[in-house]
Amino acid sequence: MKTHRGWTIAGVVILLYSAIPLLWMLSLSFKSPSEIAAGKKGFLPTSATFDNYRTVFDNSLFTRALVNSIGVAVIATLVSVVIAMFASYAIARLEFPYKKLLLSMALAIAMFPQAALIGPLFNMWRSIGLYDTWPGLIIPYLTFALPLSIWTMSAFFRQIPWEMEQAAQIDGATPWQAFRKVIVPLAAPGVFTTAILTFFFCWNDFLFSISLTSTDRARTVPAALAFFQGASNFESPITAIMAAAVVVTIPVVIMVLLFQRRIVAGLTSGAVKG
Amino acid sequence: MTTVTTDTITVIPDAPPASRPAVSDRARRERRLGLWLSSPSFVVMVLVTAYPLGYALFLSLFSYNLTDPSAREFVGLSNYSTILTDSVWWKDFTTTLAITAVSVAVELVLGFGMAFVMYRILRGRSLVRTAILVPYGIVTVVSAFVWRYAFATESGFVNGLFGLGDYSWFGHRWSSIFVIMVSEIWKTTPFVSLLLLAGLVQVPEDLQEAAKVDGASAWQRLWKITLPNMKAAIMVALLFRTLDAWRIFDNPFVMTGGANDTETLSFLAYRQNVSLVNLGMGSAVSVLLFLSIVVIAFVFVKGFKTDLSQVRGDN
Repeated sequence: MKTHRGWTIAGVVILLYSAIPLLWMLSLSFKSPSEIAAGKKGFLPTSATFDNYRTVFDNSLFTRALVNSIGVAVIATLVSVVIAMFASYAIARLEFPYKKLLLSMALAIAMFPQAALIGPLFNMWRSIGLYDTWPGLIIPYLTFALPLSIWTMSAFFRQIPWEMEQAAQIDGATPWQAFRKVIVPLAAPGVFTTAILTFFFCWNDFLFSISLTSTDRARTVPAALAFFQGASNFESPITAIMAAAVVVTIPVVIMVLLFQRRIVAGLTSGAVKG
Repeated sequence: MTTVTTDTITVIPDAPPASRPAVSDRARRERRLGLWLSSPSFVVMVLVTAYPLGYALFLSLFSYNLTDPSAREFVGLSNYSTILTDSVWWKDFTTTLAITAVSVAVELVLGFGMAFVMYRILRGRSLVRTAILVPYGIVTVVSAFVWRYAFATESGFVNGLFGLGDYSWFGHRWSSIFVIMVSEIWKTTPFVSLLLLAGLVQVPEDLQEAAKVDGASAWQRLWKITLPNMKAAIMVALLFRTLDAWRIFDNPFVMTGGANDTETLSFLAYRQNVSLVNLGMGSAVSVLLFLSIVVIAFVFVKGFKTDLSQVRGDN
């Protein structure tokens, strides 16, 4: 009974570990810039205001960046998951040469230092007109999201009882019916989980976004935050930046709340057997 | 799949000569389909990494700055010798090494503690797991800003909490690096702890019980049973996090902008290539960064015998 309570207390400590920085972000986003200027550094705001949210949503730099972030991350995720789905099916079900090469290449690229590519990409993109465009970001995101997608999904696909497809066909289902009614429902959770993890990856990127964009045409939120100056040059940008930070954190929190179990399964199945 | 076909062959005694071409025909079709299905992944991964890397290798042999592109000149390996004899490279190298070593070590210990709590806790297990995923999913730049403002003299609560007055965390090299490490550790420990938890649940419970009966203390059980049985998971977490921390860029960029010698190697590559458009020198930094990663991966795989088939692959 005593140890039981001990573990619960340890659990509360972990909750605080995650929650305190988030609460601090929320608190700052509700402080007014003048409160910062007055040197009030308490954890909680003395009076809460929504002005910072108004500031960021009135700022076209931020709203454009939000559209760019969503567009680029969603497209890169969808394309990456579809391409990886083919490869993962092949890895999980077929015998073919270069299978090991594909897997080790995915591993090598996951470890690749992205910063080593920005110089050449910067130069190449400028000469072929991809600099500061959506495709200019989507292409490198795809490359670095693919290894993650391939591992996670092939790990899920290996666990699917593929014999059930044949069993359904023996029972009189057409190949298409067998695929749609048996295989798709079994594979869907793995594909979906992979999509979430891939989306997090693309949503998080900063290096490519600041290196390969120069205007709000394609710049995503993380890069826009680094350049954000606040409502005016005379005000501290801190509170507005935190309001923007809260906005980009909301999708993450929602996905975590809805799909906690799947994300954990996806993270661990891709990396460690079991 | 394949076992099914061989089974049917052995059932029919005089089939082998006739069915052998059929099997290889089937195998050939399977191979072709496998290649077709994986080719888009091959192409996308190679096109955006191998080609630019080769291009970087080529550019690194030139003196080439976009501010004066016509002055491009072949200089051989002199960019490399300039970098490797420059104190900036070695300062950035030290910063990167310090951040990597300390962050990864702290993450492993802290992550193991968290994994153990998630393994043992009865009440609110899924709540704890949900909470831990938020730092994992949060945008690194956001984490960097949150911690920067928590420590900043003009806005932060940290100084007030610990009674440090107006201590300027970002005014000195090692205190800045400390804050960068706090952000890095906060965001990535949850990932480590989930990897370790996956290893922890595979440690056979009866071994623990047997050791308990034999009178082993909790400490002995940890070192003699739990940790050795989790070796694969620990090594994988260590490898991933080391390579990841070695590439650290977002946190120093947002938190210090490289001030007070807090620049890292990825940051140096960014600054040379993008800010200074000094592509010759920048490419040489890129190539050196790439080589440093290769060395680390090599040390892990050959030196520490990290079993990468555990990561995914040929099982």
